[in-house]
Amino acid sequence: MFTVLIRIFRSGWRSFYRDREIALATIFVLFLTVILAGSFFLFKDISQILVADLQEKIDVSVYFREETLEEDILGVGKELSELPEIKNIEYVSKEQALLNFIQRHERDTALLDSIDELGKNPFLAALNVRTWNPDQYAKVSKFLEGPGFDSFVEKIDYYQRKPAIDTMRSLNSGVTKISISIAVLLIIIAIAVSLNTIGLSIYNSRKEIEIQKLVGASSWFIRGPFLVQGMICGILATLISILTLSFICWFLSPRIESFFLSISLFTLFVENFWMLVLIQFTTGISLGAVSSLVAIKKYLKD
Amino acid sequence: MIKFQDITKIYSSNASKSEPTIALDKVSFDISPKEFVSLVGKSGAGKTTLLKLLLMQEKPTSGDILFEGKNLSDIRSEELPWLRRKIGVVFQDYKLLAVKTAYENIAYTMEVIGARDEEIKRDVPKVLDIVGLSERAGNLPAELSGGERQRVAIARALVHRPDIILADEPTGNLDPYHTMEIIELLLKIQLMGPTVVLATHNKDVINRLNKRVVTLEKGKIIRDEKEGRFIL
Ligand SMILES: Nc1ncnc2c1ncn2[C@@H]1O[C@H](COP(=O)(O)OP(=O)(O)OP(=O)(O)O)[C@@H](O)[C@H]1O
Ligand SMILES: [Mg+2]
Repeated sequence: MFTVLIRIFRSGWRSFYRDREIALATIFVLFLTVILAGSFFLFKDISQILVADLQEKIDVSVYFREETLEEDILGVGKELSELPEIKNIEYVSKEQALLNFIQRHERDTALLDSIDELGKNPFLAALNVRTWNPDQYAKVSKFLEGPGFDSFVEKIDYYQRKPAIDTMRSLNSGVTKISISIAVLLIIIAIAVSLNTIGLSIYNSRKEIEIQKLVGASSWFIRGPFLVQGMICGILATLISILTLSFICWFLSPRIESFFLSISLFTLFVENFWMLVLIQFTTGISLGAVSSLVAIKKYLKD
Repeated sequence: MIKFQDITKIYSSNASKSEPTIALDKVSFDISPKEFVSLVGKSGAGKTTLLKLLLMQEKPTSGDILFEGKNLSDIRSEELPWLRRKIGVVFQDYKLLAVKTAYENIAYTMEVIGARDEEIKRDVPKVLDIVGLSERAGNLPAELSGGERQRVAIARALVHRPDIILADEPTGNLDPYHTMEIIELLLKIQLMGPTVVLATHNKDVINRLNKRVVTLEKGKIIRDEKEGRFIL
């Protein structure tokens, strides 16, 4: 049994090697498919991090009119905190807001001077409200626009940040849709191309196959090598894809980090390395094997 | 051992215009174990067709073939290897692989049917010796003479110790000297055990053999003689 397996693998390797030039096309399309699968997996992670990041940063700031009393503000806060949507509420007094501003613009003396010249604190007291998920901000702001509150509330700073989340979301679902369409297309192309190259290989081996049949080879002894051949293409495509992806991540990582501080592409790649390898190998080998099987079914009847 | 019962084979040609060919017409005869049978007949008489039916390369249009008590029509495609491993065939056109040496061509058959490496190492030199080709083991078919190629084909047919050897015109392209050499070889092999079925239209071969001769004409058996002569 073991001898037979070795022979099947050896024979598969031989026919792969003999038809290596036509196998290049197979390897190329398999490579494209596999690297797409890998990048998609990475992108999913990145976009999740970005969305989480944005959600974390986002809150609704409710600014109160100049004359509103602190106890009124805290009263509003208390009422808000009873809403199930609220995750937490932070009160920022006028003084705190000024301090924050001064801290943030320590080095900008001109700006600080102009505040000084004003002679009074221009900031408004605010409640920073955070909800469990971004869809709930609309509800919170509606609540605050309602009767009873409009006399206190100066403005609700919410719409400014909504687009960032929406963009990220639609980008995410857009990329998913596009990736899936490309993947389906690539898989069809990959199978069609490998089907043809394996078919050609079967054609090139027709003399061997005829003799194998006539001397009584079992059908899997005849078919096995072509399955192996398809899998070799898949493995090579995967190896090339992993190398390419490592290089891309290593190369792009510093460039992306300068945009999004929280993401290190290369770290992400390293952390997910084995998962990536698994995903790509599974994609590559199964595609190679499936197209071989189709080719065998099509060109190697009985 | 082998029973042909009312075998008819009609080829319906792919070219729709031509008439179907009746290659065999109600042929019945038996072959006993260890027998040496010659099938003779003019070109187109149906000799190769008969061998193809036995090897299940073709299916009979009607009639039954029994091989070691088993009806071939009951053999499922998964059992086909079982049947073919019991038969060694010397093909009219050799069917040697051009890229493999004499040794490799013979070893290949054994590999294909799952023989162990030790068996291959042990048996291939043995059959090369039987056919007298030990010195040419490393040569490619293109580097061998017609007779030598024919002997490689014979060595390949017998290396896995089949119960029966089918030799289809094994002397087709050979001069009289080499023809006799091949026939002597087949006789020698038959003495070692297997049944031999020889299809030929070579008169000298038949007259030299003094063995059973089945004569076919236009798909029918017209003579079946114990120590036959070549008469057409
Ligand atoms: N695949 C086929 N399709 C159609 N007709 C065929 C086919 N194979 C053989 N025949 C026809 O069947 C008849 C018998 O052919 P067969 O090959 O058995 O003859 P043969 O006795 O072996 O001849 P030869 O001595 O020339 O080898 C011939 O008339 C041939 O044309
Ligand atoms: Mg013939």
